[in-house]
Amino acid sequence: MSDATTTPKSFQEIILRLQNYWAAQGCAVLQPYDMEVGAGTFHPATTLRSLGTKPWAAAYVQPSRRPTDGRYGENPNRLQHYYQYQVIIKPSPANLQELYLGSLAAIGIDLGLHDIRFVEDDWESPTLGAWGLGWEVWCDGMEVSQFTYFQQVGGHDCKPVSGELTYGLERLAMYVMGVDHVMDMPFNDPQSPIALTYGDIFRQTEEEYSRHNFDGATTEMLFQHFKDAEAECQRLLAFDADDPKSGKRIIMAHPAYDQTIKASHLFNLLDARGVISVTERQAYIGRVRALAKLCADAFRQTEAGADQ
Amino acid sequence: MPDLLIELFSEEIPARMQGKAREDLRKLVTDGLVEAGLTYASAGAFSTPRRLVLSVEGLTAESRPVREERKGPSTSAPAQAVEGFLRSTGLTLDQLERRADKKGETFYAVVEKPGRQAAEIVAEVLEGVIRNFPWPKSMRWGSGSLRWVRPLQSIICLLSDETGAHVVPMSVDGIEAGNVTEGHRFMGIGRFVVSGFDDYVVKLKRAKVVLDTAEREAAIWQGAQNLAFAAGMEVVADPGLLTEVAGLVEWPVPLMGRIADAFLGLPPEVLQTSMKEHQKFFSVRNPKTGRIEGFVTVANIEAADGGEVILKGNQKVLAARLSDAKFFWENDLRVAKAGMGEWVEGLKAVTFHNKLGSQADRIDRIAALAREIAPLVGADADDAERAARLAKLDLRSAMVGEFPELQGVMGRYYALEAGEKASVADAARDHWRPKGESDSVPVEPVSVAVALADKIDTLTGFWAIDEKPTGSKDPFALRRAALGVVRLVPSNRTVKLVPILQTALTSHVAYEIRYRTTAEAMRRIIEREFENLSEAFHNQYGQGWERLFSDVYPVLREDMWQSELGQGLFDKLLARQLDWIADVASDLLSFFHDRLKVYLRDQGVRHDIIDACLAMPGNDDLTLLVKRAAALSETLKTEDGANLLQGFKRANNILSQAEAKDGVEYSFGADVKFAETEEERALFAALDKAEAAISPAMQAEDFGTAMAAMAALRGPIDAFFTAVQVNSDNEIIRRNRLNLLHRIRAVCSGVADLTRIEG
Repeated sequence: MSDATTTPKSFQEIILRLQNYWAAQGCAVLQPYDMEVGAGTFHPATTLRSLGTKPWAAAYVQPSRRPTDGRYGENPNRLQHYYQYQVIIKPSPANLQELYLGSLAAIGIDLGLHDIRFVEDDWESPTLGAWGLGWEVWCDGMEVSQFTYFQQVGGHDCKPVSGELTYGLERLAMYVMGVDHVMDMPFNDPQSPIALTYGDIFRQTEEEYSRHNFDGATTEMLFQHFKDAEAECQRLLAFDADDPKSGKRIIMAHPAYDQTIKASHLFNLLDARGVISVTERQAYIGRVRALAKLCADAFRQTEAGADQ
Repeated sequence: MPDLLIELFSEEIPARMQGKAREDLRKLVTDGLVEAGLTYASAGAFSTPRRLVLSVEGLTAESRPVREERKGPSTSAPAQAVEGFLRSTGLTLDQLERRADKKGETFYAVVEKPGRQAAEIVAEVLEGVIRNFPWPKSMRWGSGSLRWVRPLQSIICLLSDETGAHVVPMSVDGIEAGNVTEGHRFMGIGRFVVSGFDDYVVKLKRAKVVLDTAEREAAIWQGAQNLAFAAGMEVVADPGLLTEVAGLVEWPVPLMGRIADAFLGLPPEVLQTSMKEHQKFFSVRNPKTGRIEGFVTVANIEAADGGEVILKGNQKVLAARLSDAKFFWENDLRVAKAGMGEWVEGLKAVTFHNKLGSQADRIDRIAALAREIAPLVGADADDAERAARLAKLDLRSAMVGEFPELQGVMGRYYALEAGEKASVADAARDHWRPKGESDSVPVEPVSVAVALADKIDTLTGFWAIDEKPTGSKDPFALRRAALGVVRLVPSNRTVKLVPILQTALTSHVAYEIRYRTTAEAMRRIIEREFENLSEAFHNQYGQGWERLFSDVYPVLREDMWQSELGQGLFDKLLARQLDWIADVASDLLSFFHDRLKVYLRDQGVRHDIIDACLAMPGNDDLTLLVKRAAALSETLKTEDGANLLQGFKRANNILSQAEAKDGVEYSFGADVKFAETEEERALFAALDKAEAAISPAMQAEDFGTAMAAMAALRGPIDAFFTAVQVNSDNEIIRRNRLNLLHRIRAVCSGVADLTRIEG
């Protein structure tokens, strides 16, 4: 199936080829994180695991939500719910660019026929207190991936440095398969007995969520939930590390980080509802960042995040 | 004489950083070599997206031995002094030389440093340069601690002479220097060994890499022009883009495509900006239609299909981008046709500065100010106000949201669409100008009025909240704004700045009083300082008094300020600020004067000449100042002018000394009947003549004539001083002569303050 010389027939075939490719490169193929996130970077497999000295290599698909990007399923490229493919390797291997180019070949991009370029793009996530240097990768003028060497996450220097690759799956797949509207893209093999397009699966949900994000979501509730998540995150991290019940030292870094993810998504929803002013915006981003930093601090105290 | 080749091979270096990196590499390495005692014949630096290269020719093979000699203390000096000398030189007593001199015997330290091999020096210098390279932003990677712009993968450091090429032994953070590199990422020939710079350049080309940026630029430009020419079109020149694109490719392959018909109706500026910013495309114009109809993209690969797939892909991306632009444009046009009310509302929500209100507040002020300035610059007041109200609305348009650099350009299109007249629409585009020293200045009166109002509102605003530029800090670009004002004032108009500055400052003070004073502070002011008003407020509002100055004040204050009572309070509060306003206006005026000085100095007018003119009344009329300075500058260049200046200074000195000595001011009553000599009488006559000529000329601001008349006094003044002794024994005659000198001073001072002129 992963015959690199053929063009993939479906969206899922591209995902499967990427999974196989990165599995063959030795990455642990993880499953999506089970919470609403804005990008694959939010998965604790990236944010938290990029901290500390323990080597790490993981790849996964992450459904991502950007409430403000909802277009009721009408825009050919824009979705409020889409998929990212994420690869994170620590320390970044010396041949990461070659590995990445190999993944493009694996999904049917002929490197002798296309113009692949690494164009400066510094990445920063104000909500995660994270930044890195790298490129956006262009294929024939189209941005197909984000390539970043993490320098800081949650306010901590990344030592060693993780290399992060993020593929915007829909856009990449549309380009590879020559599809003009995302909703027309075959999701499974068009020759299947029950052939499904992206639109068959997501057109209705794009409509529903667009309405929800822009008009439906109750803002008072969202504001309250934001406060709750913030308080819960801080409360969980305030616990004494020694757990009397198990007799173990247990810092609740991940549960606290879940609350950070929640706060971040709630902020995105409030932003889509248009109830956060320009000046408040910065303040909310700062509050989420403060949580992310607390979680990073806590994770660094755990076994997985400590320096060896 | 060996040659040196250095290649720092890395992952893709941002295009914008390459130019400075080349220069830094060249300078830092050659400076280091020279400092260590080597010399070289020439050095050149090169870059591609993946490598930074330095070639040094004619390097000396080793540094010269250095002999350093230092004189120490006398051999009979106390032990402490000798020990100190030993410490500072690092020698022992038996290594010191003793030399006899006149005073006895003195210690000398003689240190001989042997010459060092070039390889040793190069290794040391290069390591230092790599570790401390001044990248604007650098990073770590993998497990290492070295910083470079992107991961550094390999180093060539090669010295070659007649005996062959030798790798300089060195390593940085585990990267060993060698003589191996690789070519193009996709069209290369694997890794290969090089033996020197010439070999390197040839092999790179074989491996599909053009090393020299200038050569890549030339190839791109030539290729693009050829493609366009073949299609009967022309490429729009863009040197900045050319340099950037040359920094993105190792093997440039220009490809030309057409813009789909559906997008040809977009304004050319939109097409150009979108293609350049998002896609790094050159714009291609059809000379027959004058429109932008095509593009040139530059690939980094000779594709097997001649670039067909690449072009198709790029075309697709462009179509998506231009669809966005078209969507913005059509949406914006809809708002524009409806009168742009949506944007007017929108700007109320956009903060300009938290102490200076919203963009809407700002526009109100600029509109009022433009109205006042309009007649002074020959513009219709209604047009100027209308233009000021429209000029910034495009800030809310979708297109400017996407491409901020199109602000103004879009405003003009939208204003025309809204049915405004051309002069008003042009002001939307031109009121931002001059954007810098090299930008031209609008001359259309409506544009000038709005441009002046805009800049003066900004300047007075930041002066009012005391955010003036200091030293190198000028975050709001106020120096540029002031220079803009200096350049905008039309040379054929009289524009007195002080009243305009005061009006503008008053608007800011009004905003402060009305909207930045808290309820509590306002209540306190009324109660403590305006007893009568306090009573009136209580009478009018009764119970509501407490409510007015509570947390609903922001809602109620609008009505309050509109009421008669509010008006009265406002007038009183404003009146208290009048002195402050006058002070700030005068402070700001001197800021304009400083800008004017710099501006005129660049045009070759001496600073003392400007000072002589600044000292004259009416110095808030910049046009007048410039004219006066130019005329004075010309006059002083003539022989008469230069000599007159000496005569004036002599007269002024004698007069000042006499005044200081006698404790009186000699100012009136010089009478020709006390004149003793011909020369004295001639001077009286000349002064009469000059006064008669100067007064009306000054009235008419004809400085040339006035100064020529002044300069004509040179002969009579010189003759007077040659023939006459001012300090005569006869007190009446002396006083008469001093009074005569005063007339010289008075006549000249009416033209400019010549005491400020140097020399």
